Parts: sequence; C-alpha cells; structure tokens
Amino acid sequence: MFGPSESSVIVECAGQGTCAVIHSILASLILFFVLLTGFAYTTVLERRFLAFIQARIGPNRAGPYGLLQPVADGIKLIFKEDVTPREAKKVAFWLAPLIKMIPTMLVLAVVPFGPKLAVPWFDGKWYRVTQGIVDVNVGVLWLTAITSVGVYGIVLAGWSSNNKYAMLGALRSSAQMISYELSMGLGIAIPVMMAGSMSLGDIIEAQNSTPILGWYVFRNPLGAAIMLVALLAEVNRAPFDLPEAEQELTAGYHTEYSGMKFALFFLAEYVAMIAVSAIAVALYFGGYHFVFVDKAPLLGPVVFSVKVFLLLVGMIWVRGTLPRIRYDRLMSFGWKVMLPLAFVAVAWTAFVVLLQDEVNTAAYVIVLALGWLVFLVALGWWLNRAGAKPDPLTTRRVEMVTLPGGRG
Amino acid sequence: MFTVPSLSDLNLAATLPATLLALGASVLLVLDLFVPKGRKALTAWLALAVLGVSLIVALLSLGDVVDLGTGEGAFFGLYIADSFTDAVSVIVLVTAMLGVAVAYNYLERTGMQRGEYYVLLLFSALGAMLMGAAGDLVTVFVALELLSIPLYILSGFRWRDEGSEESALKYFILGAFASGFLVYGIALIYGATGTTAFGGIWAATRDLLAADAATKYVLLLGAGMVLAGLGFKVAAVPFHMWTPDVYQGAPTSVVAYMSVAAKVGGFAALVRVLAWGLPDFVLSGQSAAAWQSTVWLIAALTMILGNVVAVAQNNLKRLLAYSSIAHAGYILIAVAAMGTAGVANEAARAVVIYLMAYAFTNVGAFAVIVAVERDDGGHTDIDNVRGLAKEQPVLAASMAVFMLSLAGVPLTAGFVGKWFVFKAGLAADLVPVTVIGVLTSAISAYYYLRVIWFMYFEEGEGKAQIAWPLAWGISVAAIGTLILGFFPYLLSDMARGIALAFGG
Amino acid sequence: MELTLFVIVGAIALLSAVMMLISENAVYSALFLILNFAAIAFFYLMLDAGFLAMVQLAVYAGAIMVLFLFVIMLLGADPVRHTTPRKLRWLPKAAMVLAVIFLLTASVAIIRGDVGAVGGVAPTLTADGQPLSFGSPAHIGWLLFTRYVLPLEIVALLLLVAMVGAIVLTRDSVGKRPPVVRRLANPPAELERPIVGESGQS
Repeated sequence: MFGPSESSVIVECAGQGTCAVIHSILASLILFFVLLTGFAYTTVLERRFLAFIQARIGPNRAGPYGLLQPVADGIKLIFKEDVTPREAKKVAFWLAPLIKMIPTMLVLAVVPFGPKLAVPWFDGKWYRVTQGIVDVNVGVLWLTAITSVGVYGIVLAGWSSNNKYAMLGALRSSAQMISYELSMGLGIAIPVMMAGSMSLGDIIEAQNSTPILGWYVFRNPLGAAIMLVALLAEVNRAPFDLPEAEQELTAGYHTEYSGMKFALFFLAEYVAMIAVSAIAVALYFGGYHFVFVDKAPLLGPVVFSVKVFLLLVGMIWVRGTLPRIRYDRLMSFGWKVMLPLAFVAVAWTAFVVLLQDEVNTAAYVIVLALGWLVFLVALGWWLNRAGAKPDPLTTRRVEMVTLPGGRG
Repeated sequence: MFTVPSLSDLNLAATLPATLLALGASVLLVLDLFVPKGRKALTAWLALAVLGVSLIVALLSLGDVVDLGTGEGAFFGLYIADSFTDAVSVIVLVTAMLGVAVAYNYLERTGMQRGEYYVLLLFSALGAMLMGAAGDLVTVFVALELLSIPLYILSGFRWRDEGSEESALKYFILGAFASGFLVYGIALIYGATGTTAFGGIWAATRDLLAADAATKYVLLLGAGMVLAGLGFKVAAVPFHMWTPDVYQGAPTSVVAYMSVAAKVGGFAALVRVLAWGLPDFVLSGQSAAAWQSTVWLIAALTMILGNVVAVAQNNLKRLLAYSSIAHAGYILIAVAAMGTAGVANEAARAVVIYLMAYAFTNVGAFAVIVAVERDDGGHTDIDNVRGLAKEQPVLAASMAVFMLSLAGVPLTAGFVGKWFVFKAGLAADLVPVTVIGVLTSAISAYYYLRVIWFMYFEEGEGKAQIAWPLAWGISVAAIGTLILGFFPYLLSDMARGIALAFGG
Repeated sequence: MELTLFVIVGAIALLSAVMMLISENAVYSALFLILNFAAIAFFYLMLDAGFLAMVQLAVYAGAIMVLFLFVIMLLGADPVRHTTPRKLRWLPKAAMVLAVIFLLTASVAIIRGDVGAVGGVAPTLTADGQPLSFGSPAHIGWLLFTRYVLPLEIVALLLLVAMVGAIVLTRDSVGKRPPVVRRLANPPAELERPIVGESGQS
C-alpha cells in the first residue's frame, strides 16, 4: 500500500478550515451515493431472499438475475399518478415524507467507516482524514437525537392524510417508538460506558483491544441483544411492523401516499434499515475492525459494509420467519421485558467497568463469565415463564372460538 | 482526567436532617408496597417515625446540643447548614407531622387511603427543607419543584371529584408558569453576576455597584422575576389567583399541610435569595436595598386584598385561603424590612417566628374543618359550624383558639408572630406598611370572630367526626398555639441563632 | 459569517415562536415549537456546546414533543374555536401590551447592561481550577457529579415523585381502570357532587 514517506508533512484535517469543508462535502456526496445504491439493492436483496425463504423465485426479469429491478421500480414510481386527497392538510402532507427521509440520511454523519487515512493533496502535504463525514465527541447523542426526529414524519403523515387507518398507524408508530427508544437509549449507553467516550470513533477503537473477542457483542451480549431488538422496533420492521400492518390498517401511515411521495417513505424505510445496521455494527460489532484493517486502512469501509450486509440479511431473515406480534403484547414486551432487561444490562456493565478499573484482568474475566451465566439463566427463566403461563387474553380468545355457535 | 471528590468533601453530616428524611421517604415508598391494603396505618406510623427522627436531629442541631458541622456549607456550598436551616426544618417537620396526623382518618373515611399519600408528603417536606438550606439558586429551583410537584399531585388526590381535579390542574399550570418566571430570573441573575451561588452573587453585586456597571439593571430585572416566582408560592397578591380555588377543591387534609409547607418553603427561599444573596444591592441615592420598595408594596396589597375579600367568604376553606393570602402579606413586611442594613437579622428572625406560629395555628384550623367535613367533601361552609360548641365543645374551643391566633389576639402564637413582624417593620422605618398591617389585622378580626360567633351563638346541628389521630393533631396544634402565646421567649430563643451569612 | 448565521437562525427561532402562539391548529403549534427547539439547539452548537445541543434535540424534540403530538392527536386536533367569554376578551390585548412593555424593559436592561463586559464578573466555569473544555460531555459530567451533585440528587427524587404521581393520578387503588376511561364511559351522572369552583363550570 502507498502511504506518506518519512519526510512528508502530515496535517490533521479537522483543524484546517478548507480541508474540513472539502472533506465533508466529498464524504457527504460519497455517503449519499452509497446509501442510495444500498437502498436500491437492499430492496432487491429483500425480495430475492424472502422469495428464497418462501421457496419462490422472486423478481428475476429485469436484467441479469433481476439486478435492474430497482431501476424499473424507480421508473414506475416516477410515472405513477401522485394523488393528494382533497381533505388532506396539504402542507403537512407534503412535508411528512421529507421529515421522515432527511433524518435517516443524516444519522450516519457521525459514523466513521474506517481508520484515519492519510491523503496526499496538491500542495504536497498529506492530510489525515476520517473515513466518514465527521467524528464528533457527542456522536452517540447525535444518533439518539436524529433517530427520534424521524417519528415526526410518520405522525405527520398519519395526521395529515385525514384517513383513519393512517391515523391509527401513526399513533401506533409513535407509541411504539417512544417505548422502544428507552431500551435503545440504554443499549447505546452501554458501549459509551465501556469505552468511556461518546465519540463513535473512540468506541470502535476501544473494541479493538483484543481482535474480534474485544467486540462489545461478545463482552456484553445482553446489551447487544437489547440493542438489536430495539433497533428493529425503531425502524418498524417485522415483527414490529404494526404501524403498517396491512391486514388491519391497509398500509398504515402511508395509506394515502402514492408516486414519488410514497417512494420517499419507501426509501426512508430501507435507508433506515441500513443506518441502524451501521449503528449496531459501530457500537457492538467492532465497527470496521477485523484482522487486517490495521495494516490497510482502505479495507475499513469494505469490512464495515460486509458487516452491515450480514445484519441486513439477518433483519430480512427475521421478517421471513417470525409472525407479527399483537399490539398490546408489543407494548408490554417493550415496557415489561425489554426495559427491565436493559436496566439489568446497564447495571451489570457499570459493575464490570468499575471492577475493571479497580482490579485487573483476572477478576474481570471471572465477572465476565458470571455475567454470561446470569444472562443465560435469565434467558432460560424468561423463556420458561413465557411458555408456562399463557396469556389470559389468548386463552379466552381460544375458548370463544371453540364455543359451539359462539361469536368467535 | 478529573479528580473525583471523596464523600467526606460533601460534609454529609451537616445535612443529616434532610438526608435522613430523603432516605426515609425513599425506603417508605418501597416498604409501602408490602403493607397490605386496609393496614395503611402502618405506613402512616412509619412516616411519623421518619419525620420524628428527622425532627429530633434538627432540634438537637438547632439547640446546639450536637454540632453537625453547622456553619459550614455542605455539598460545595450548595447546602448551607446554619440556624436558619435548622429552624426552617423544625417548622416544616412539625407541619408535616401534624399533616400526617390530620390526614389518616380523613383518607380512611373518604376512601382515598393510599400509602403514596404519606410518601409524597414526606418528599414535599424535604423540598421545603432544602429551600431553607439552599446556598445556590440552582438548589432553590430544584427544591422548589420537589416541594411543588408532590403538592400538585396531592391536590388531585381525590380525582373522582372534579373539584379536586380542577384544583390540581390549576395549581399545576399556574405553578409551572411561576417556575418559568423563577428560572428566567435565575438566568438573568446569572447573566449579571456570573454565578448562581449566593456568596458569589453577594460579592459580584458589590463589585457591580462599585464599578457602577449598568449590568445592575439586568440584576434588578432578575431579582424581580425571582420575586414573582416565589411570590406565587407564598400567594402574594398579584400572584394569588390560584389560592382560593386550589384550597377549596383540594382534599382538606392536603390543604392543611400545603397552606403552611408551601409558605414556609417560599419564604425561606425568599429570605435566602434576598437577604443572603442580594442584601447589599442598593442603588445609588437610596438607603435600602433596591427590592425593598417592591416587597413592601406587594405586602401592602396582599394584606388589603386578602383581608377585605375574606370578609365576603362563606365557605370556610375559601375564607382560610384568603386569610392565608393576608398572612403572606404580614410576613412580607418582615421580608421587606430585611432590605434595611442592620435590621436584616432581626427581620429574618421575625419571619421564622411568624412561620412557626402560623404552622401550628393554620394546620389546626384546617384540621377542624377536616373534622366538620362530610365524607363526600362537602359541608365546609361557615353555616356548617353552627352550634358546634354544644355538640363538640373541645373542638369548638380549639377552633376558637386558632381563630383568635390567626386574628392576632394576645396570649396566642399569632400575636407573638405579628408583634415581631411589626417590630421589624418599624425598626426598618417602614411605618406606612406597618400601619396598614395593624389596620388590616383589625379587619381580619371581623371574619375570624364571625366563625366563633357561628360556633357559639347560633343554633345548628354542629356535627363533626373526630377520631384519635385527628384529635391528637388538633390538640397538639391548639396546645402549641397557646404555649407559644404564653411563653413567647420559646420562639425568640428558637430564632436567636439566626444570623445572615454574608450581609447584616 | 457567524453573525449572518445567527441572524438567520434567530429569525427562524423568533418566527417559529410567534407562529406557535398564533397557530389555531394545535398540531401546527406543536410543529412550530419543534422548529423552535431545533433553532435553539443550533444556537447551542454555535456556542460550542455540542452536548447541550444534542440533549436539547434528543430530549425536547425527540421525546417530549412526540408525547405532545401523541396527546394532541388522541384528543383530536381540531382548530381552537373562539369561545372566550366576553368577560375575558380584554385579556389578549392586555397580554400583548404587557409583553411589549416587558420586551422593552428587558431589552433596555440588556442593552444598557452590556452583559458580560464588566471586568471581573464575566461568567466563567473555571472557578474550580479545571481546564475550560467548555461544554464537553466529560466536563459537564464532572460538574454534575461534583459541584452540582446536590441538585442532581434532588432532581432524581423529583423524577421519582413525578412517576409515583402519574401512577397515583391515573390508577385506581382497587381496580385498574384509568379515570378518564371511566368518565368517558359514564359521564357526570355518577359524580358524587356538583362541580366546585367558580370557573369550573363546563
């Protein structure tokens, strides 16, 4: 690989006005392009993979293996009639897709996709730049702040459509997002505690203390599990896709949308999938770290993309296999299972971090093992309880069905 | 990276009364979960025990029997542990104990018995105590909220009844509005002085005035806003609108506690802000602090409006609400007197003395209403005490004592309070407002004596329900009112140690 | 550059605040309030207080206002109708006059005050000898857990109390029916006594 020689001047880009501006513009453009391409092919991936799970073929007509399918979809959506209901609140109706989409595009601004890179420039100096837009010291807070803004798009869409299905979808969505945001916030807090920094760059670096096994998913599996489930709920994906449950709510909050405005919602959903996968990768799966990345910084984004891809496959797999859960169970799961578990995870992490500071590694390993034990015991206990004690509501429903002549 | 202070730096011992109460309330909240329904007397007893322990510690500290590190600040100066803190703590804790005693039977017979009542009451008492101990505007604000929020909730405790709901909502919305004023004032004071600590504000004020910097106008505005925010809590006149509606709608046992606790907290914070932080804020060409004229104007308005409107009231709770507005006015005379250099210590003592007297008297008066009130929350009009003297002579006698004390008749606690307050007013050369105080006291005698007249000289069924905890509460309050009236030196001894930390 | 930004963002903040007040539709009011919060977060960023800016966004825009919108929608977001009693018609005008007076006083005070330029009393956070890495998460955390640990603890109790209160006010001690639902199901007929208070009549 090429790199700066001994004699060359290396300048930190972040402090340089011009360099910072040029770098952030270029990085934004690249990220934008990557996200849009990623969006297009995530849709294909989802359809093909779901088809595979369901023993179908999926779209395979447009281009080789159906690879041009997104282009075809795009052309279709552009030329579709764009209907605005007469009774809709026009301004809000137009704003909603934008408010939903923009935050999902902004989230990844604070995620570094590779180690710092020295780049030569025309003035003969080398500039050290992050492989991302910017790595700020409050990056993690940016994630929570921006992901929570997206819900306004949904709420506004539901309200402005003047349609009861849309409204119900929006209400469900906001309730769901509020409930799961708490667990998500605690899940995000765990890496912050372990790394002692709110900068995503620092968190990723801190996971490289031991290759692979240093990833926080291995050091705090409970936190990672909570985070992954909460992120699924946060982007309204199956099995938490109640806001757009087609059997009950037609299409939920975007029932009244068509044409490009619908396309924006569609885009936002898939970009959000990519974004939350990237967040999970950065916080728990070691970010861009794998075995060779320290030697070749340019490999960073590749490793990162592969990890994001695997998580995306996982999300689609979940959608293909799990049924949608009932709404009241969704809420009680969020408040009565996720949140307490998240508190347990945070408390455990705090304990471990404190112990790690006080004594050295041996005790830490023991606590780690104990933590694993607690995790497994809790999981087993919960599964057991969930199996042993049927929900009274479900039971009643079953009885009603079996009653002869009953109004099941 | 940063050095972390050890626990001993916090000087926790000095905050013992407050810390004990905080711990006790938190533990009680959990313990209450295990107290079965129908046996909530246990929770009430535990609440009394927590308050009692805290009261004993505060009394020991006040009487200089034990030295908890008094005189030094705790928590980096955000908590001031001095005689004023101890005195305020004692008043609040006594009020809270009486409040628990008054509440138990009332809650039982009106079907509102829940353990959370006592826990919320303890937390609110903690807030009032911390307001007296505040050494920083930040503490004042958070302590004010800790005092207020439980009170909002308690006001709505009988939510089946729309009056209670309305009272909670009104109190909450107006209270939040007043908090906004307070925070804005704090921000302006911080902008002018660069600190929120009273010591820092005091020093910065001197520099400001010495440099004759125009920033003093920002400070003036800030002080005005803080005055408005705290004026709401104590129900001083332009900010008194909520009082009658809230007092009438809220459960009476809550009002008994709230009418005193909120006042104690508010006045303690006012004394801290004005006399500890801004005593030397004297604009050029004046002899007293810049806020003095405003405060005495408010005091005059408060006394006039409270007493005049109270004359026209027929509901006892509303009557006492206007009476509590009027009493805020009397205390404000002493607060205004603190603006004159040299009188500050005496005036601060007068505030404490008045509040102590007011605590026994007012909780007692509301406790009598609790006894008269029906289970549905009605039956609180002045007509309902007709003939009470025949049916319940002791209850009527206690009520007479409370009414006389509120009116300020000699040999009752109320007289002692008024005496010290008027004395402070005269010492500070605030003759007009003191005269208004004396005249409005004369007006107030009319409606207080009217209650006594109805009890003794009118015919009626005079029904009341008294059970033991309530009876204890009333008798403690009545005996306290009389003892403090007969032996005024108890009160002046209690306030003897109070000296302003920076000013005076 | 900075001044231009400040003027633009300030204009947005002011305009959104005014629009929030005069919008007749509660949903639009809430949206303008969110815009206002965002503008204020931007101010914090310009003041190098990135942490505060993010907290402002996450807490106010992200959490609190979502709940506001949620409640507005549950209660129905119909435009406010002008049903102010005649007795109170003068209130808005009086409020406007008072607001203008207040703004004048405040601006005179602040202009004459020349805030922060007085020697020796300018706001500073370095009084405790710590390096001024102003507004960084570490610095804020350090302040919260040292100098301001008492308010922090009080706030913790405050949140606990608020939570207890929310439960007390919405849950019956016997059953589990929220009072609102009960009242919707059987309106005032079951009330134990008529409405109290002068202005509580509905």
